[in-house]
Amino acid sequence: MNWAVADVVGIREETPTARTLMLRVPDWKGALAGQHIDIRLTAPDGYQAARSYSLSSAAGDPVVAVSVELMPDGEVSPYLVRGVSVGDQLEVIGPLGGWFVWRPEQTEPIRMIGGGSGVAPLVSILRTHIASGNTAPVKLLYSVRSPEFVYFRDELAELTDAAKAEVTLQYTRHAPQGWTGALGRIDAARITAWAAGDAPDASTYICGPTRFVELASDALVATGVDPMTIRTERFGGA
Amino acid sequence: MGIITPGFFGKKREEDPKLPPGQYETKDFPVLSAGPTPNIHQGEWSFTITNESGEKTSWTWDEFMKLPIETVDTDIHCVTRWSKFDTTWRGVSLDTLFEDVETSAGYTMAHSFGGYTTNVPLEDLLDGKAWVAFEFGGEPLDPEHGGPARLLVPHLYFWKSAKWVNGITLHDTEELGFWEVNGYHAYGDPWKEERYYYDS
Repeated sequence: MNWAVADVVGIREETPTARTLMLRVPDWKGALAGQHIDIRLTAPDGYQAARSYSLSSAAGDPVVAVSVELMPDGEVSPYLVRGVSVGDQLEVIGPLGGWFVWRPEQTEPIRMIGGGSGVAPLVSILRTHIASGNTAPVKLLYSVRSPEFVYFRDELAELTDAAKAEVTLQYTRHAPQGWTGALGRIDAARITAWAAGDAPDASTYICGPTRFVELASDALVATGVDPMTIRTERFGGA
Repeated sequence: MGIITPGFFGKKREEDPKLPPGQYETKDFPVLSAGPTPNIHQGEWSFTITNESGEKTSWTWDEFMKLPIETVDTDIHCVTRWSKFDTTWRGVSLDTLFEDVETSAGYTMAHSFGGYTTNVPLEDLLDGKAWVAFEFGGEPLDPEHGGPARLLVPHLYFWKSAKWVNGITLHDTEELGFWEVNGYHAYGDPWKEERYYYDS
């Protein structure tokens, strides 16, 4: 596998601080839901910087999507969120990662918990699950600051309306007007209540900031969930 | 060199000889773990080396603490592209642990609480190249970072420095560990960018 030159074929403003880039990668042969790609930028003097981004597109999508959250002190994300235009080219390599993945032949229920931009690979799993016709139940608990920071907002709402997935939003700072759901940071009691009644053989996928993932996975383990059924992906320091 | 990215200039303008290719420096200490963080008390911790004939050499936590302890100042390099410079650890050298182990095997598998494994050639664990570390930055090692004790093999990508380590088994042939089966490189030299299984 080598670095490939991908075309930016679409851009969607996802939130005030995040963009989704649609990339056409030559000879792309599909991915597993949950995998990531690395994107590499090269300065005129040859200096390079690369970062990893989870795919949010479904496993079989011919055009891949990554959502990039602007890191204020970042080196790569400011360029990808503010500098890239449709028609530009970016170097990518992937798909990468063989553990934080979901395969359509898995038959057990899927339970997913996402914090902030950590929802991206979970949406890939959700999309792949629906596209595959897999009938195992799937649920997503998505913690996000406030309504304007919700990734894939319309699509998640449509999936919920169509009863294709159980999507639960938890706003940590501000909720929309008329909101009757939960408000405030997710805690162990919240996770426990949300997961109560899930099948014991469910597979769990958790992605988000390190502290968030620690809290969510610890809470599930404390209720007796087998740690080996929980797959995690963390970002940021601890 | 890749294609020039118009309008991208990057942050660093000088080559840092401490930074392997494709890495960036972070002051944070990010966490790469496949699952929940196991909570292991020192009283339930032990460390066992098993040679290719099945002979075991074991230490409890208290026995381990009586071994010669070394201070290690080193840079660490994660396959997810961050590097952290000038980290300070305390731990027991693998040379000490292997002193009384009889083996002619060339390969090892490190085993962790929770069932994770990673493979390392034996020669990469000896001659002052590896430790079982239980202190980071003057504090007991946090569970997220592998406490109570983790392997420290800083010349390889940091996933080889198995968290929550509880033993090493010796093998005549190379087998692949958990991360290596799941897409990472069998050896993992950061200076050769051996990140993924196809970077051979």
